[in-house]
Amino acid sequence: MPTHLDNENVLVAEARAGNAESFATLINQYDRHIYRLALNITGNQEDAEDVLQETFLKAYSNLGRFQGDSRFYTWLVRIAVNEALMKLRKRRGASWVSLDEPVETNDRSLTPREIEDWADNPEQSYAKAELQDILNYAVEKMEPQFRTVFMLRDVEEFSTEETAKMLGLSVPAVKSRLLRARLKLRERLNKYFKRGRR
Amino acid sequence: MRCRTVKCRDVIRELSEYLDGELDATLAEDLRRHLQDCEDCGIVVDTTRKTIEMYCNMEPAPLPKDVKRRLQRALERKLRLKG
Repeated sequence: MPTHLDNENVLVAEARAGNAESFATLINQYDRHIYRLALNITGNQEDAEDVLQETFLKAYSNLGRFQGDSRFYTWLVRIAVNEALMKLRKRRGASWVSLDEPVETNDRSLTPREIEDWADNPEQSYAKAELQDILNYAVEKMEPQFRTVFMLRDVEEFSTEETAKMLGLSVPAVKSRLLRARLKLRERLNKYFKRGRR
Repeated sequence: MRCRTVKCRDVIRELSEYLDGELDATLAEDLRRHLQDCEDCGIVVDTTRKTIEMYCNMEPAPLPKDVKRRLQRALERKLRLKG
């Protein structure tokens, strides 16, 4: 989750009153976070850019409806998630896997296949950009119903309840997807970070 | 007092809530006890924790310049229409 501006409420009020500079300040604070989220949900750069633009255009048009009962960023993320899911549905068409589709609950599907210890600070084995590529690639390779929940819970650090609300899922469904997402990512990252790899 | 034997599959099933500190205190203690004796579960818990930490600490890359430019243009168009 990004750092929030101290004067965020003032900026939102000014933007609502038509001050374009204040809105630009808000955009600059959050644009890369929204783009990353959109990219990781849609898995497509073109769609992510559309989501980014639509999110800020809609936010600007609907500033009057923002009640201030949540963070401005939370409100932006809600818009972005809706836009990203629409893109995903459109692109995937018949092969779309619904987010609320039940997931396999068989314990066996959770059993880790590779169990090897990692270096103490595995991220230090890679340059920053290389590490980002590895982490992004691992998320991209997951199915949308897992990567969407993971992005909101573990990257954006929304609560289980907030995530459930944003995605129209039950709390147990979010928990179940999060567990699977975490285990899948651990397994995928294993080959990069296991001890003695570098 | 409740006393239960935690198996490896219980650790996996409760892993998320354990790492998030949301597990019932007694069950968390049972899990910790299992982890002291089971090296494999210890590794899975530890590497999953590291996985979460790496993503949590990951800063998003700056917006690509052309993406930023097109976003600014789209907003300028919107502002002109509104104005």
